Amino acid sequence: MRVGLFYTCLIDTMRPEIGFSVLKLLESAGCEVVVPEGQTCCSQPAYNSGDREGALALAVKFLAEFEDVDYIVIPSGSCGGMVRVHYADLFADDAMLMARYGLIKSRIFELTEFLHDVLKLDAASIIGESGFAGRVTYHDSCCGLRELGVQAQPRELLSHVPHLQLREMKDCRACCGFGGTFSVKYGDVSTAIVDEKCANIRACGADAVVLGDLGCMLNIEGRLRREGDMHTRVLHVAQVLAGDV
Amino acid sequence: MQIQSMHFKARAGEKLADVRLQQNLKKLATKFVTGRANAITELDDFEGTRDAAAERRMRAIENLDVWLDTFEREAARRGVTVLYAETADDAAQLVVGIAKKHAVKKVIKTKSMVSEEMNLNHALEAAGIQSIETDLGEYILQINDNEPPSHIIAPVVHKDKEQVAELFARVHHRPPLTDIEQMTHEARQVLRPQFLSADMGVTGGNFLIAETGSVALVTNEGNEGMCTIMPPKVHVAVTGIEKVLPTLEDLATVMRLLPRSATGQSISNYFSLLTGPAAQGERDGPEHMYVVLVDAGRTGLIGGEFQDMLRCIRCGACMNHCPVYQKIGGHAYGWVYPGPMGSVLTPSYIGVENALDLPQASTLCGECHVVCPVKIPLPDLLRKLREKQFAARMRPGMEYLGLALWRFAAQRPLLYAVATRMAARVMKWMGGSKRLISHLPFAGGWTDTRDMPAPPGKTFRELYRKRMSNDEG
Repeated sequence: MRVGLFYTCLIDTMRPEIGFSVLKLLESAGCEVVVPEGQTCCSQPAYNSGDREGALALAVKFLAEFEDVDYIVIPSGSCGGMVRVHYADLFADDAMLMARYGLIKSRIFELTEFLHDVLKLDAASIIGESGFAGRVTYHDSCCGLRELGVQAQPRELLSHVPHLQLREMKDCRACCGFGGTFSVKYGDVSTAIVDEKCANIRACGADAVVLGDLGCMLNIEGRLRREGDMHTRVLHVAQVLAGDV
Repeated sequence: MQIQSMHFKARAGEKLADVRLQQNLKKLATKFVTGRANAITELDDFEGTRDAAAERRMRAIENLDVWLDTFEREAARRGVTVLYAETADDAAQLVVGIAKKHAVKKVIKTKSMVSEEMNLNHALEAAGIQSIETDLGEYILQINDNEPPSHIIAPVVHKDKEQVAELFARVHHRPPLTDIEQMTHEARQVLRPQFLSADMGVTGGNFLIAETGSVALVTNEGNEGMCTIMPPKVHVAVTGIEKVLPTLEDLATVMRLLPRSATGQSISNYFSLLTGPAAQGERDGPEHMYVVLVDAGRTGLIGGEFQDMLRCIRCGACMNHCPVYQKIGGHAYGWVYPGPMGSVLTPSYIGVENALDLPQASTLCGECHVVCPVKIPLPDLLRKLREKQFAARMRPGMEYLGLALWRFAAQRPLLYAVATRMAARVMKWMGGSKRLISHLPFAGGWTDTRDMPAPPGKTFRELYRKRMSNDEG
């Protein structure tokens, strides 16, 4: 099975090691992973800024790059939501693009969806041996949860990791306040929101917060560190599942 | 109401710094969010009911002229005078005109957000007519120098009981109270003579029922009955033209959702269907009943990309669940409607140029869409407003420049690879030994309060290429 990996712009520049954890998970499950070389960004920054034309150009680029794989896997809820949900809006005026998109749409998956729902990874196939030992809490990223319905999959996958104890925090479904450029444009409001998230993470006694989206990751980690919390780890679910922690 | 939406950013900052407000806003989560979550479990098929309600509301909106005609005909048949107002000011003047016609000196009011759009109290006062708010929350705001409401169903949610006690003691010239029940008794004592001496009652209208010509009112305090049935000889209901529902059955469907979504109640304490003035021989009801139907920008949404907004049933769930509203409250939004629904309605009704921040001031987290009883795609509508702003060059120059540069690079993989290689290295260097960046140029909004965790310095693209060439070599 040929699996196209869209590694996302934030993993590319900010956290390349997560990309390798994703590769490890997919390859050890027997997938032939294809990484299209020209990939850049899913277009969400343009789309959410109202730059529809710019977003469409990048969506068309994505379509061309990922048309010939069996599955498309995206280790991010927000990029996944953009590609699987919002491209339909961008392509709506072009029957040809819509038709091409229709052919790939059902084969687009967020990473944990793919591991859980398609590959049906279980305890035996999780590389958790050298994995994270301790208490973790899972933060549901907005787009993964509300646009793609990712909620049970990461939790079930994490439950297979030996020595890992999952503790739910209060309001795990609540937004962390990132919101892309919102976090820069309305930095103070964004901070007030992430403060509540950080307080909930600490209150549940977790050693690490695990999540599936780089935006939330940088936001939560950035605020924890600025507030002097140097020990609560902020980990991508792929890192934990691959035992790269 | 004065439009203050252009000051969103500054006012949001003030609200964040207001320790007392921050404490008071926590009530939202316990009272409304939990309340709704519990109440919706009472419905066997909540999702199906949402779909049905959305469909029934759209059926009304898509043939609005037909249902308004039907409403007008049925209401008129039962002795109601139905008047239309194109603007909010026109509507206020119609109400003033009705008051003058009946030689009204004193008006008593229920809570109505449409009357806030109309600046109705101000218009009545200007015509020498006293207007008294009788909803407890609205009354508190009125005696506090006409403070605007901060929430569409809990107008005074931004205050705590101590603040209200202080205000009562000052305005009522009585000793300060500590108990909420005692305070409500005091308000009742003050308001009772007003009810008994008023000449005209003004209410909103949650829904208009076309087939019966009725006005449906949902309240919790019973003041609505006092404003419409008991003392005044004239009752005027003011509401938006989009509030019409074809049938009583439609009303039954939306009423399964409205109180549950709003306050977590299965049904509100009071629910009235007002159908015409008192007929001959009837003991209850006003002598004269008017319905003032307000357009004020609504028809501009029909048939367009914001039409979905018109099916809103004004429950407030979107603001109760909004992470931004939860942190800043309603006043920062600067007009009648706050939260996500306000961020769509305000630019739609009063012009996107008068509310530049509102479509932007959202994380697009999507929770508003999830909780909306009539499934309004609020995040999509906010994004469409952003598209309008972007196309009309209403955004700052730096934003266009930044997006243009990023766009140019993102469509050219080789250039993009070079740019991200450099960015990764520069950021690694900026992070120093702590691997945390404490100041980023052009992103002060981020680094004023947060560090940026620094990247390791090489991009995935280059590391992956290296791995591939190693594998081959």
